[in-house]
Amino acid sequence: MVWNFKQDSLAAIDDNDISLTYKQLGQECDTFKSKMAPRSLVFTFCSNTIADFIGYVAFLQNGCVQALLNSLEEHEELISKYNPNYLWVPMDMAQKFNNYKMVYEKYNYILLENLSMKHKLYEELALLLTTSGSTGSPKFVRQSYKNIRSNAKSIAKYLNITSDERPITTLPINYTYGLSIINSHLLCGSTILITNKTIVQKEFWNFFNKYGATSFGGVPYTYEILKRLKFFDMSLPTLKTLTQAGGKLLPSLHAEFAEYCQSTNRDFIIMYGQCEATARMAYLPPEQNLSKIGSMGIAIPGGKLVLVDVNNQPISTPFTTGELIYYGDNVTLGYAQSYADLSKMDERGGMLETGDMAEFDEDRYFYIVGRKKRFLKIYGNRVNLDEAERILKNKFPDTECALSGKDDELVIFITDKQKGAQLRKYLSEKTGLNHRAFVVKYIESIPKSDAGKILYSKLVDINVD
Amino acid sequence: MDNAKKYLKIFVDVLEVAEDKVLNLNYRDVPAWDSVGHMTLIAEIESEFDVMLDTEEIIDFNSFEKGKEILSNNYGVEF
Repeated sequence: MVWNFKQDSLAAIDDNDISLTYKQLGQECDTFKSKMAPRSLVFTFCSNTIADFIGYVAFLQNGCVQALLNSLEEHEELISKYNPNYLWVPMDMAQKFNNYKMVYEKYNYILLENLSMKHKLYEELALLLTTSGSTGSPKFVRQSYKNIRSNAKSIAKYLNITSDERPITTLPINYTYGLSIINSHLLCGSTILITNKTIVQKEFWNFFNKYGATSFGGVPYTYEILKRLKFFDMSLPTLKTLTQAGGKLLPSLHAEFAEYCQSTNRDFIIMYGQCEATARMAYLPPEQNLSKIGSMGIAIPGGKLVLVDVNNQPISTPFTTGELIYYGDNVTLGYAQSYADLSKMDERGGMLETGDMAEFDEDRYFYIVGRKKRFLKIYGNRVNLDEAERILKNKFPDTECALSGKDDELVIFITDKQKGAQLRKYLSEKTGLNHRAFVVKYIESIPKSDAGKILYSKLVDINVD
Repeated sequence: MDNAKKYLKIFVDVLEVAEDKVLNLNYRDVPAWDSVGHMTLIAEIESEFDVMLDTEEIIDFNSFEKGKEILSNNYGVEF
């Protein structure tokens, strides 16, 4: 990659006070290299500790292809679909993978090896990330080295990241937005403060203050919690920058945080992106924060945003709705559904149909106004409603249901009163999202067209309690 | 319903866990008690006991027992 491992400055500090310089991080990379088959496939189980951080950097640096996963599950289905050569897992999970042998351990993580599968890996392929809220499907987004480099550079440029920065992890490393914070800051020689504590824990804020965090990122729900925590009254003298992505922030919250940051001489930066574009596609320059409330901003440096109408023609008139298309080096290669797809080349050619409907104002600042595809953002995670519906129908073939709702509130419409709780629980488990986001509503029958297609537009209007 | 029962019921309802599991529960012991679950618990407790927790109390509230302690020590709720 492009990291500079010659620096003596700190690359990372974790909440157990373990710290590593860039030089030491480079040495860790070499250690992994000496123990692993080159250009192999690795699954990294992320828990936001120094161990998964080092593993991530080393595998990327050493030319292994890695999938980043959470460490809450064993991911049996993914492992059986992809047959990774290595697993980098928390020590206490190690005995669960009995067809792998141990080759290395560090910081309570263990490197497990099984070289029986020789993968054909496309030469540009660097990283596999689950699409957020993937509803347990084995689908990965395929990211290239160029994708990661170009997006990190672009982010570093528009955020003016320097080596003095100390971002604190508020998001999982395996979540594209969380990862982009790490990548862009490592590029600039900053120091990452690594913790898996959350903003509702005292330990998080103690760690924040002990090492002088300068920035963090949050999804809309993070900002709702911060407001409730009376964030505006907290004394955080080192904090300089707040970023927001993972869904559209309520305009009122956007305004409140923008005003707070203006009056305290901080930057609040609204951003827009998708895992399919590595991470970021657009940002709202902070000086426009108060004059462009609700806007997702402009394309990131090196990228281009275009709106097209139903005939696929570019739109040039302000306040005309069209589908948002993005062009840039950070547009990922495509998806993988199984190991055979890892040999696939670039299927997108630098163009991404975002699935979002948008318009721009007279200054060409973009505003999301709707969605072309049926998905919701739940706590920053994209949940595809059709996919989630299929998962429910597979598990509960005799139960009639239809999914709708709004961001942070997915509604399960159901005709069988007995089944509601089961469906809700199953969906919460499959998506790994808190069950508070799933609401069950009973209706007499699911509205359908003559052809038998569910009329989702009618579901929205149905008044049920 | 007495306060102990009300308090217990909030945990059972919000986190959807069995009563016998609640008593020794800590933050993040169950997937439902994440930051989303935490803020829901706080909101329910505030409305049930007619209190308003401050930042320090919300981030200090890391277990079933700790919450009880905060309510009884700082707000005179008797259990």
